[in-house]
Amino acid sequence: MTSLPSLPTLRIARPSVATLRVATAGSVDDGKSTLIGRLLHDTKTVFEDQLAAVEKASRRYGDGERNLALLTDGLRAEREQGITIDVAHRYFATPRRSFIVADTPGHSQYTRNMVTGASTADVAIVLVDARHGVLEQTRRHAFIASLLGVKAIALAVNKMDLVDWDEGEFDSVAKDLAAYVEALPTPVPVFAFPISALHGDNVVAVSQHSPWYEGPALLDWMETFDASGPAESAARLDVQRVIRPQGSDFRGFAGRLVGGRLAVGDSITVMPSGQRSVVTGIQRFGRELASATAGQAITVSLADNIDAARGDVLVAADSPATESVSGHVCWMIDQPLREGSRYWFKHGTRVGRAVVSAVEYRHDLHTLEPVAADQIALNDLAMVRLSLSEPIVATSYEVSREGGRLILVDEATNTTAGAVMITEAA
Amino acid sequence: MRVARVNATASPHLESLADEAVTIIREVATECENPVLLFSGGKDSAVLLHLAVLAFAPARLPFPVMHVDTGHNFVEVIDYRDEFVRKVGARLIVASVQASIDAGRVVEDTGPRASRNRLQSVTLLDAIAEHGFDAVFGGGRRDEDKARAKERILSFRDRQGRWDPRNQRPEPWDVLNARIRKGEQLRAFPLSNWTELDVWQFIDAEQIPLPSIYYSHRREVIARDGMLLAVGGPVVLEPGEQSSVETVRYRTVGDASCTGAVRSAAATVDEVIAEVAAARITERGATRADDTFSESAMEDRKREGYF
Repeated sequence: MTSLPSLPTLRIARPSVATLRVATAGSVDDGKSTLIGRLLHDTKTVFEDQLAAVEKASRRYGDGERNLALLTDGLRAEREQGITIDVAHRYFATPRRSFIVADTPGHSQYTRNMVTGASTADVAIVLVDARHGVLEQTRRHAFIASLLGVKAIALAVNKMDLVDWDEGEFDSVAKDLAAYVEALPTPVPVFAFPISALHGDNVVAVSQHSPWYEGPALLDWMETFDASGPAESAARLDVQRVIRPQGSDFRGFAGRLVGGRLAVGDSITVMPSGQRSVVTGIQRFGRELASATAGQAITVSLADNIDAARGDVLVAADSPATESVSGHVCWMIDQPLREGSRYWFKHGTRVGRAVVSAVEYRHDLHTLEPVAADQIALNDLAMVRLSLSEPIVATSYEVSREGGRLILVDEATNTTAGAVMITEAA
Repeated sequence: MRVARVNATASPHLESLADEAVTIIREVATECENPVLLFSGGKDSAVLLHLAVLAFAPARLPFPVMHVDTGHNFVEVIDYRDEFVRKVGARLIVASVQASIDAGRVVEDTGPRASRNRLQSVTLLDAIAEHGFDAVFGGGRRDEDKARAKERILSFRDRQGRWDPRNQRPEPWDVLNARIRKGEQLRAFPLSNWTELDVWQFIDAEQIPLPSIYYSHRREVIARDGMLLAVGGPVVLEPGEQSSVETVRYRTVGDASCTGAVRSAAATVDEVIAEVAAARITERGATRADDTFSESAMEDRKREGYF
């Protein structure tokens, strides 16, 4: 009873490569959750009590000895139905890299949750069942992932064991999806892997079953893929809050720095008012800094007694404000979007009203042609034009993720109804 | 009053998690009218409160903190709670499960193994209603539990405080939608993307004080249902049970009736980090009887209003 575990040696070194954010995508039953379970299991990320709980639940649901999908399908309804309903976030690390994985649902009914999971992803792993090939939902997810700006799609052609590891079947699926992604409005590179998530082939180690495949295992690719973005855009800070301690002259503008770098002494412009000033102080975590870089949550002090408030934007380079934008929208509620529909919008820290001034067209998932439409339904992807009650400092999503995105919120229920990737501001 | 400082040796990974958390705290505190931060004296809520203080520096924390007190506490934790809150200059609200029992709002389980853990949800929801809170910050992390892995960063609760995991609001990017109607509420989880190891490494980098029970000490315990429970307070020896004095520490801090200790000689932050890095059992699996009660124990409690 008294034996103590000996103290292990310290091993806390963090890999120096940036954390990779990964989202799964693809149609229902193509094996997304099983693949994530396999990655977690084979990288020894699964704890003993979790594995014991999975084994117990597998027997209970008649899923054999160890259904790895239950590692991420954690809701009771998911386990009962054997499907994924909402995104599960999991964290794991190898000696080479840390990963944040969003395991997303395949059912079209839950596309909104796939959008949630993929919106912050660097890369999407799109799964396809080798027997069924590219399906409508595969196309929808590849389309959404590319609109959301993933840097690459890893196509995992799964269940290769069920097609006898046939190279021709693999090639045909790979060519099919690559051609589709190439024709999208925002194409991204596609890397294809023949795998069996169930048995682990080509997931963490190269398999003997596919001698014709000369590429790396999926994990090897994930560990080495360079997801760093394009050249940095100009610095901007969307003001979240004005910090004014009682009984002090301190006045700071709190927000997360986007793009570039901001230093004490830099000139900035407050938009939309256009007032100019100079940065006299930067704080991060309550400590003074000489300069800040993108992603840091800072508080900026300015030389002049500038009238700026939440929703305003401090910009380093001239960036005009606009009350009209066009962009791709993923529509996520049952009530259709129509010309003239009104919503709340949120862009950066600016909240206001948006009116749909035009539904330009709907994207046809098969032909990829623009289709005339007067309303946009749940799960549709479309190009719309919005008229805003408040000016925003917008860029295209391609130029800046933060400056180029906004959400639409349903006025009746307050639920988030649309994700908009701006293509044109003005 | 400042206990907060930033250690220059914090890794870029930890710093970016801290930037994300500060951004969430600022956003929710500014969009919502009457937020509150749940502070239990546990390590996650200590990191959360530390970050909240930093988020608004040099101004004061613009919202109160609240402890849902089951009455089954470790004394070290209550002393620590009061000291930490005093140091950061926050206003503390204590919502008492005992008061809920006395008022007949909840009925306490009886028997030697009764726990007040589940009763906390009613006390929490009553306190939220009484004070009119519209947003509640919690230190919940997605890596803690399979139901928590499904949580949004900003999670909607209806007028009854219920979570509907089958119908959550979409949450694209980090553009947080804080719109609710009167009587509805939001739960905000700024530490969503942190792991147990991240929390400990941050505690190390920031030198955040913790209750002494997180570090190795000698304690009279009883092994029950695979847990080492501290003898005393709510935990009473049953006939035939024999206690022993062990060298233990706590990996999580919760209600004393259902929070288990682990055998450990880790007496410093460094030693705890090494132990956590090598752990093969999850923190809740090792120490929380309430979570292993059934397959969906956490989901069921969350649906009722628990964190």
